[in-house]
Amino acid sequence: MTAVLRLENIHKSFGDRDVLRGIDLEVREHEVVALIGASGSGKSTLLRTINLLERIDDGQVWLRDEDISNPRVKVDAVRARIGVVFQQFNLFPHLTALENITLASRTVFKKSAADATARGLELLDRIGLADHAASYPDRLSGGQQQRVAIARAIATNPELLLLDEITSALDPELVGEVLDLVRELKAEGTTIVMATHEMAFARDVADSVVFLDAGVIAEQGPPSEFFTAPKTARAQAFLSRFMA
Amino acid sequence: MRARQPSDVELGRRAFRRRQGVRSVIISIVSTIVFAIVVWITLVNTPGWARVQKSFFDPVVFVEAIPRVAQGFLVNLRVLLYSAVGVLVFSLVLASLRTLRGAIFFPIRAFVAGYTDLFRGMPLIIVLYLVGFGIPGLRITDQRIPAEVLGTIALILTYSAYVSEVWRAGIEAVHPSQTLAARSLGLGHGTTLRLVVLPQALRKVTPALMNDFVSMQKDVGLISVLGAVDAVRSAQIEQSASANFTPYVVAGLFFILLALPMIRLTDWYSARLRGREQIGSIL
Repeated sequence: MTAVLRLENIHKSFGDRDVLRGIDLEVREHEVVALIGASGSGKSTLLRTINLLERIDDGQVWLRDEDISNPRVKVDAVRARIGVVFQQFNLFPHLTALENITLASRTVFKKSAADATARGLELLDRIGLADHAASYPDRLSGGQQQRVAIARAIATNPELLLLDEITSALDPELVGEVLDLVRELKAEGTTIVMATHEMAFARDVADSVVFLDAGVIAEQGPPSEFFTAPKTARAQAFLSRFMA
Repeated sequence: MRARQPSDVELGRRAFRRRQGVRSVIISIVSTIVFAIVVWITLVNTPGWARVQKSFFDPVVFVEAIPRVAQGFLVNLRVLLYSAVGVLVFSLVLASLRTLRGAIFFPIRAFVAGYTDLFRGMPLIIVLYLVGFGIPGLRITDQRIPAEVLGTIALILTYSAYVSEVWRAGIEAVHPSQTLAARSLGLGHGTTLRLVVLPQALRKVTPALMNDFVSMQKDVGLISVLGAVDAVRSAQIEQSASANFTPYVVAGLFFILLALPMIRLTDWYSARLRGREQIGSIL
């Protein structure tokens, strides 16, 4: 079985700062990979390179059999196959919850308004916001907004879902509802790469944990091993700071 | 670490992007030339082109008109300088007055609001006539007030109304939390405005201010209706002497040359602001 996503030797620097220094990573179908690491370790940059929002300086990104780091590929077509959820939700404030969810289906995938709306309502029902189809984002709580953002990202059935610290901007009591939704997505077999600071959640949901430090993968393995017996000193130091 | 050798794949990508870059430059050059040729041929083939060329683009008249128009243009530059400074000061005062809160300041706020409504609504040329012929009619002094001065006053009155609204938009665009934070430190209304709000507003409205300045640069030419011998008036004098419209083209070119650096600067600055707001991303 080929991997959904394969990163080979990814390098990226901003000016003199080398943010990614040779990342190799493989994500298989239905796998949930958690990227963890301190702020500035390159988690977000890595996610952005996967979605071609950041041009890499070296290496290759493969989405299934296609080298999407090849400048000949149609960037928009690649992005349409990948769903992204951002830390700050980034919902469109001038559109209702339903319109946010159906926008790409209608414009990019040319679905009929009826089909897109049916799918949108079904998703809203699933995330428990059926009553809020006509609500604008500013009428929704942070947790509700982030659930709508997730629905927007999966509305077009992307092959890969990227979650960039999706609970970091939420009040603690709202984190649970969003993480529950991610748990459901995993149960349905969605392939996910997520950057997160929620260690307990990563331990619970991820199939594989990737610990980034100073732009390289310092350690990688199943959460049961990583969280109980980290091998590297850097991972031990990081975890002890977090668990304290 | 810096000396890391790029892989063959990366080198291939760079070569491809370079080729794409060269290709798009070539395409843009070719399409520009084709476009220019089409426009030129269409123009030259219009029935009256020969006559238009003679009366608007006569090289001899062109060269002869330059000294006098340039002389007049100095008047425009002087008026522009004084007007720009005057507008900057007066518009800031107007905008600041409008931020005053409290019932006692109601008449001031109402006056400023009425002022901006009035002068944004009234055509500049009418303001010029009213100021240019009205103020001397008041007989404040026995001496004749130069048309230049009256023109400057009219420009300041009109443009301050616009620019004060630009300032107000900028002040309102600074998030209220900034005022909250400043007041929580004990800063007063004026100090907050001066040290916290206006510096941030300035950054937001600079492109709009520069745009208004460009607009004013050419409206300065309207003072000729008061009899000031500026570039436009000088061109008119030349035109009646030679019975040829080329001097107006000369004056127009002077104004364009004046405006171009400012227009480029505005574009550059706006692009820089945009760049700062989306660091790193290549959308």
